[in-house]
Amino acid sequence: MKLKGSQILLEMLKEEKVDLIFGYPGGAVLDIYDQLYKSKIKHILVRHEQGAVHAADGYARATGRVGVCLVTSGPGATNTVTGIATANMDSIPIVVFTGQVPTTLIGNDAFQESDITGITRPCTKHNFLVRSVEELAATIKEAFHIARSGRPGPVLVDLPKNVMAAETEFDPANIKIRNYDVTHKPVPKKLSQVFELLSHAKKPLLMTGGGVILGRAASELTELARKYQVPVTGTLMGLGSFPGTDPLWLGMLGMHGTYHANMAVSHCDLLIAVGVRFDDRVTGTIETFAPSAHIVQIDIDPSSINRNVVVELPIIGETKATLNDLLHFLAEHIYTPNKVTRNEWLTEIKQWKEKVPQGYCQNGEIIKPQYVIETLHKVTKGDVIVTTEVGQNQMWTAQFFKFDKPNTFITSGGLGTMGYGLPAAIGVKCAFPDKNVVDIAGDGSIQMNIQELATAAQYNIAVKVVLLNNGFLGMVRQWQELFYEKRYSHTDMTYAPDFVKLAEAFGIVGMRITKPADVEKALRDAFAVDKPVLMDFRVSREECVYPMVGPGESLSQMDLGTREMIN
Amino acid sequence: MEKKEHIISILVYNKPDVLARIAGTLGGKGYNIESLSVNTTTQYEISKIVMTSIGNQATISRIENQLQRLVDVISVDDLTNVESVHREMVLIRLDLTDDKKEQIKKAVDDNQWKVIKSNEDYVILEITGDKAQVDLTMARLEPLGIADITRTGLVALELKN
Ligand SMILES: Cc1ncc(C[n+]2csc(CCOP(=O)(O)OP(=O)(O)O)c2C)c(N)n1
Ligand SMILES: [Mg+2]
Repeated sequence: MKLKGSQILLEMLKEEKVDLIFGYPGGAVLDIYDQLYKSKIKHILVRHEQGAVHAADGYARATGRVGVCLVTSGPGATNTVTGIATANMDSIPIVVFTGQVPTTLIGNDAFQESDITGITRPCTKHNFLVRSVEELAATIKEAFHIARSGRPGPVLVDLPKNVMAAETEFDPANIKIRNYDVTHKPVPKKLSQVFELLSHAKKPLLMTGGGVILGRAASELTELARKYQVPVTGTLMGLGSFPGTDPLWLGMLGMHGTYHANMAVSHCDLLIAVGVRFDDRVTGTIETFAPSAHIVQIDIDPSSINRNVVVELPIIGETKATLNDLLHFLAEHIYTPNKVTRNEWLTEIKQWKEKVPQGYCQNGEIIKPQYVIETLHKVTKGDVIVTTEVGQNQMWTAQFFKFDKPNTFITSGGLGTMGYGLPAAIGVKCAFPDKNVVDIAGDGSIQMNIQELATAAQYNIAVKVVLLNNGFLGMVRQWQELFYEKRYSHTDMTYAPDFVKLAEAFGIVGMRITKPADVEKALRDAFAVDKPVLMDFRVSREECVYPMVGPGESLSQMDLGTREMIN
Repeated sequence: MEKKEHIISILVYNKPDVLARIAGTLGGKGYNIESLSVNTTTQYEISKIVMTSIGNQATISRIENQLQRLVDVISVDDLTNVESVHREMVLIRLDLTDDKKEQIKKAVDDNQWKVIKSNEDYVILEITGDKAQVDLTMARLEPLGIADITRTGLVALELKN
């Protein structure tokens, strides 16, 4: 069957079971949009290409499937770069199709030409410029395969206009791509070493990261921890991979981790890290990270091993298969934790927890941001998918919302992209129309992709924006307070739009909440309407995120803040 | 850990921008390429890249891991600690100026350097050898006045796989 390039693209999307794409048209992709007009594939018209990529990324994080977007050449393509870099840092599988000028004009500085494969080479897992229609089908198949296999990541496919118009024979049953070896290889010797280490450990600790969620290994990790009573801490990206309401859960570690998680890391004698890359926000000073521990690291990507922290026992493999092997090995060899030492260890952790509970003071008439987050948990009973923006709003969410399930906390961890949360929430809600989806936002961040409220309004994508409006670029202000003697250089955001009117102007529901007593009702009201809602919570302006490990400090040296609840 | 020069042999798919990917990956992560040599193998779709980089074992392992992540990279081997042979080639032009003419002709004869082109005005030599040999020859050529020079990156081959 002879088809045009643009038709082959849509056929291949069907082959890949793509039923939804986020995009924005332009000259170079007119042929493709003309095919879309006749197609059953749903297309969400965003208001900025960055939003398309974040939406595809949110969709991918929530579903575990590949998110897809489509944009035009030149500025359309360059507008995707922040979104792609965001996905790349967090290893999120997306495929970005960009239009390109005809192959005959490439290199001529043609109108709306940009070397997007060159620009995105360092921030994609891989990218392709499709030079002829004959290689189109295989390239698309390969792009999806690369995006989701191994350590996932974003793949960009650049589509010159003439390639989309050209015709070739298309036979979906006969598309050959390179063979990528992804078979799992068990490592019994290493498992027996883990067994030995566990048998000798008095203070073992599990550390879970994004690789556990991406590798769909949350149930294996949970089984390991519960069966053998090993306490668990996690990175920002790992939240949800172990139930946040389980007594073995210590909360997040690192810069804004809980006191007891950081103390546990600093005192454990065995640290089993799964799907983490030991980012500097997590480790504090490297030299004093887990100083007394044997470290075991399980990761699919060899480049994550020994990059920052030198580990004693690296195990390279899929997190799920490797944890499964480990569970079998431990069961077969009848590993039984020493009850006495294990209880001592759990008691020690409990004492740290009692010394510095994760808390805040909701006193007076001003809403505390943490209170909003806790109330959100109460109102939704935790049954909600949460995205965040970046800054204090993100850290408070990580600290105060108890995520019980994987793929329900969706945040830009590695790149820390302000403006991520709203479009990501739109992507999530498109994937799960029946789920409650909330973007916990800051007043600075929300203005970075606020235009996507129009997208939400147009398709009635009923996301709820919980805006923690402190009138500041709060996280930067916090650093200015702590390290620059309160010189608030360019972080005051009091000059802002009236968010309620703005919401209404976009055609969605706007609410303003100024009293603690009104928080719960506002949230209930927001979930009761099947429309996008923006809740402008006016919160305490100079609240800080505590506890905190200052830059260049060790995890055991936390600044606890000046809260009254420290015992 | 001891810093030394490592010879890294990389098999890649011969794709248009594979070299840019490799150079970009290393440059972007702050690793330096000292020398580089690229060509196709017996199979046109597969190229071999031999590069040298200076670093301690941990740094070199990181470089290998970073390269291994690239989709178009087939394999990465550090040839430093395995038995292998190494060669570089230099093309050198010596100008036969009146004051140096005799001295150059004598040196070329005495050392049996390989002349690949010569006439009244100049002589072009081809020097091959491992790094030490090439460096030694270069030191001898230096006083004769090198008019122009091209030196390849190092190529290396394992004695057995
Ligand atoms: C695109 C982008 N620009 C700048 C920053 C630096 N930055 C990190 S947090 C932050 C403040 C965010 O302010 P807001 O959204 O109001 O959140 P808050 O911290 O007040 O909760 C800034 C500017 C960033 N992370 N991303
Ligand atoms: Mg703010």
